[in-house]
Amino acid sequence: MFLAIIQRLWQMLFVMFGISVLVFLIFFATPGADPASRIAGRGASAEILEAVRKSFGLDQPIYVQYFTMMKKIFITGDLTSFVNRGWKVVPAVLDTIPVTISLVMGAAILWVVFSMIIGTVAAATKDSWLDRSLMILGLIGISMPVFWLGEVMNLVTQSRFHDTWMFSWVPPLGYKNFTDGPKAWFLTLVIPWFTLAILYIGLYGRVLRANLIEAMQEDFVRTARAKGLSETRILLRHALRTSLISFVTLFGLDFGALVGGSALLTEVVFNLHGIGKLTYDALLNLDLPIIMTTVIFASFFVVMANALVDVLYIVLDPRVRKA
Amino acid sequence: MLEVRDLRVSFSSEQGLMRAIDGVSFTVGEGEILGLVGESGSGKTVSLLAVMGLINDPNAVIEGSIKFKGRELVGMPNAEMRKLRGREIAMIFQDPMTALTPVYTIGWQIAEQILQHQNISKSAARQKAIDLLAEVNIPNPADAIDRYPHQLSGGMRQRAVIAMALSCNPSLLVADEPTTALDVTVQAQILDLVRKLQRNHKSAVVFITHDMGVIAEIADRVMVMYGGRIVERGLRNELFLNPKHPYTKALLDSIPPLEGEKPKRLRAISGSPPSLLNRPTGCCFGPRCVFRFDACSAQPELGKLEHSAACFLEGAR
Ligand SMILES: Nc1ncnc2c1ncn2[C@@H]1O[C@H](COP(=O)(O)OP(=O)(O)OP(=O)(O)O)[C@@H](O)[C@H]1O
Ligand code: SF4
Ligand SMILES: [Mg+2]
Repeated sequence: MFLAIIQRLWQMLFVMFGISVLVFLIFFATPGADPASRIAGRGASAEILEAVRKSFGLDQPIYVQYFTMMKKIFITGDLTSFVNRGWKVVPAVLDTIPVTISLVMGAAILWVVFSMIIGTVAAATKDSWLDRSLMILGLIGISMPVFWLGEVMNLVTQSRFHDTWMFSWVPPLGYKNFTDGPKAWFLTLVIPWFTLAILYIGLYGRVLRANLIEAMQEDFVRTARAKGLSETRILLRHALRTSLISFVTLFGLDFGALVGGSALLTEVVFNLHGIGKLTYDALLNLDLPIIMTTVIFASFFVVMANALVDVLYIVLDPRVRKA
Repeated sequence: MLEVRDLRVSFSSEQGLMRAIDGVSFTVGEGEILGLVGESGSGKTVSLLAVMGLINDPNAVIEGSIKFKGRELVGMPNAEMRKLRGREIAMIFQDPMTALTPVYTIGWQIAEQILQHQNISKSAARQKAIDLLAEVNIPNPADAIDRYPHQLSGGMRQRAVIAMALSCNPSLLVADEPTTALDVTVQAQILDLVRKLQRNHKSAVVFITHDMGVIAEIADRVMVMYGGRIVERGLRNELFLNPKHPYTKALLDSIPPLEGEKPKRLRAISGSPPSLLNRPTGCCFGPRCVFRFDACSAQPELGKLEHSAACFLEGAR
């Protein structure tokens, strides 16, 4: 176990190193990518460019630039934005992490619970009207673009119906720290949670239904029937239990990606200053230090999410446990 | 104990009604081993799945009568049927590699069946599972009980499956090709085991196989199936010494001799099994039968004798 954790950490460092080098090269060393001219602005004279290069350290060899940046991120923590040179990047990124984690965790809980219920009920009532309607609802959930859904949610809960009993509890957009009051934190996140989760509820519900129906054709289900077990028990203890293994694989991929910044659209629509929104803003004005830092942090969380999934695997599937 | 009369099972498909079992009647007495033999697709599995009430294809139609200890099983509500399954009638399947749920230990799975049917504590069920594993000759049963299926060899898994099937002392055990997926030495051990257990538990066994050699070793009585019908039945020795149906003869010819020189090629039966969609009129073996004659355009029925065949040839009945 201990060895496995060490191995994981190594892997994580390796992934983070690889990703940071790759991103660094893309922005600093691909032909035509000249950070200095971007900072100096269009049509800047050669002298100004030269001055900018010196001032930002862009005249150094590329590996020196890379290591300087890494040092400023991990050791001194005083990396500053290219756009606003007084703005410290590392604290800015660290500030976004609780926002994104709160958003994604809450949505993940919702989508796991609801998709399990929907997938199982649909599989149990296969081909009935209930199954059909659940699957159509799932399809609708999958096909709604999240920014559109978010805007509609905002329209309904923030303006149109805000003054009715239904949505008067919805606070204005923006994130409230958990430490400043769990209730406010919870209320601001309810609508974003559902908005983000709906796609995944639909997707996971449909996938789980298909997996369950397939599992119900397996030989071991026939054995379970021959044992005289009830259909409910067979569905939950045998089919669902074995289907969870592929469910978790899917979950790990999506959860990692969302924590790593894919929740961007939801963050933008609900004005949550998460890692996705920060990266998005930095990409708009090509603020390289921020991009580098968010990417490194994001890859850290993706690797962490994968590690979590591996642990879940060990819990769920005896075949991956080492003797 | 088990009395099947004129069982018919059809599946409706896009191409039409497919009659997989076409009028099968047989009985199984207390404590006997009935061998059911026939080539692939002849309906062996389907007919016994019907007995178990395990045909849950919505397109299936089951007709006829299946009486078990005087109770009619055809049309019995599933909740009733479930009380018989696993307790009174147990079934083991062909492939031990896939027959067990991969995420639970074999002990858990055996105890699950015991707890389903008997009102005993979990620890008692566990102890019983250990005893059963010992009975099926699994080494270190107290240790093996906490193993997952993937940690056991095919033979060991099949033993665990057999232990599970016997956990509630069923009066009827259906073994559907339990040795087909195993290699020869393991096969022989499993056959010995089935025989020993059948004596200890006094269960009747229906042993399905397509291997006449296996039948010769284990069965008291034999039934030969072809194209969804029983074409011959009789006591093992009579049937082996004096086969009446051309299909049985052909099957017996296809066993490699135990002694002497092996023939270069075993005699195969020419032709292919009948299509279940368009059954041939008359004798279903007709298209492949070398003895076919005029009378065979009618449907031959099984005779009343203990040993009889569904064939018009003289002396067949
Ligand atoms: N659910 C089903 N739907 C349609 N046809 C089926 C179904 N189950 C079985 N059949 C058909 O019924 C026929 C008899 O099948 P069965 O499994 O009983 O054969 P078998 O004698 O057990 O053969 P094997 O030795 O291969 O196990 C086959 O032609 C099969 O295709
Ligand atoms: S009834 Fe006729 S066709 Fe059928 S097996 Fe007998 S001889 Fe052959
Ligand atoms: Mg079969």
